[in-house]
Amino acid sequence: MSETGHSLLFVLRVVLVREFLAAFRKRQDLANPLVFFVLVVVLFPLGVSPEPDFLAKSSAGVVWVAALLAMMLSLERMFRSDFDDGGLEQLVLSPQPLYLIVQIKVFVHWCLTGLPLILLSPLLGTMMHLPAEHLPILCLTLLLGTPTLSLIGSIGAALTVSLRSGGVLISLIILPLTIPVLIFGTGTVLASVDGLAVGGYLAILGAILALTFTLAPLACAAALKMSVAS
Amino acid sequence: MSIPAITPSALLEASELSCERDDRRLFSDLSFAVHAGDVVQIAGANGAGKTTLLRILAGLYHGYQGNLFFNGERIDAQTATINETLLFIGHKSAVKPSLTVLENLRFMVALQQRVDERSLYTALETVGLAGYEDVQCQNLSAGQQRRVALARLWVSNARLWVLDEIFTAIDLSGVAQLEAFLARKADQGVAIILTTHHRLSLPSLKKITLGAGHV
Repeated sequence: MSETGHSLLFVLRVVLVREFLAAFRKRQDLANPLVFFVLVVVLFPLGVSPEPDFLAKSSAGVVWVAALLAMMLSLERMFRSDFDDGGLEQLVLSPQPLYLIVQIKVFVHWCLTGLPLILLSPLLGTMMHLPAEHLPILCLTLLLGTPTLSLIGSIGAALTVSLRSGGVLISLIILPLTIPVLIFGTGTVLASVDGLAVGGYLAILGAILALTFTLAPLACAAALKMSVAS
Repeated sequence: MSIPAITPSALLEASELSCERDDRRLFSDLSFAVHAGDVVQIAGANGAGKTTLLRILAGLYHGYQGNLFFNGERIDAQTATINETLLFIGHKSAVKPSLTVLENLRFMVALQQRVDERSLYTALETVGLAGYEDVQCQNLSAGQQRRVALARLWVSNARLWVLDEIFTAIDLSGVAQLEAFLARKADQGVAIILTTHHRLSLPSLKKITLGAGHV
């Protein structure tokens, strides 16, 4: 068979490199969610109240909601260009497991949206008067939460990619599924501020991540096959 | 509707294939067999269902009745084997405009088989893209972008090619070159199923015409 020596790792690396290259050649798209994230958090005190006590209390919630919405903004692009140029058909037809190819695409999406959000969050947390000792907790919740958002989001992106304007539909499909992540994400930081133990909260966030990490790509791959067949 | 005889050793075999889309019958009771070395042209007017049929054969579309057999066994049981054997080039050529010619080709080949960098360069040279390896595809003409997708053919080890309108935007000498190449590959045992509005002069060409007995 001609496929001897055709290693899976090599294919996954080629897909990984291609995703990063394609993303970096369209850098302006990458900035959108980050600008949105920063603007929401910056405008919140101006619109509601600059009171430090109030801001400290609401900081976790505001940062988390902004991060969730920023991730959602970037989801539509996850498979869009591949669908439009026919690359998606080739991915579906590849003898390599679509499950792993989806994992790679989700990983790249997270690296380009989730990771920058996490890096920005200590700055925004400080702006919101969140005490410095709780900043690592905020980052940790985002580190566990944003990959989950990318994974859940990939299902919505895959389901709606064949529709002309799937943006609103993605949010409708995805938002209910992301609520637990949001609740436990902010809950962890609030518990930490109140001096409670956060181990249990983090464990739940980790468990949700493990669940979506294993199952979401299955659903996403199935949805992609459906979208290509339409 | 011409119905070639069915023999058990066929690489790909369709029996009583029917497809309806948007309340319109595209084709019904279509039976044919494709053997190694065959070149089959799916002909028919615009909207006759040529692309749909190719997508069904490639396993991309499942809205049909009837049976498909691959090497004598039902097709749905062995998707992975088929995907190793099948090369599909669709209407949309999977060429990403922001990537360079070489990056695009390497990706498309890697999904299917082992990549030998040197053969990529040779293939690009053959299709007339020597010197364009590091040019982003958005800077190429439509015909050149098509050639990037077609360069895959020169590298491919697949035994069954499903090619949708591959001659689109290709110039006359390119069409002649490609046709000669398809004939050579068919002689080597590759089965080729294609749609085109070009008049093909391949010696062993079989034709399946859709919409002939149309209601």
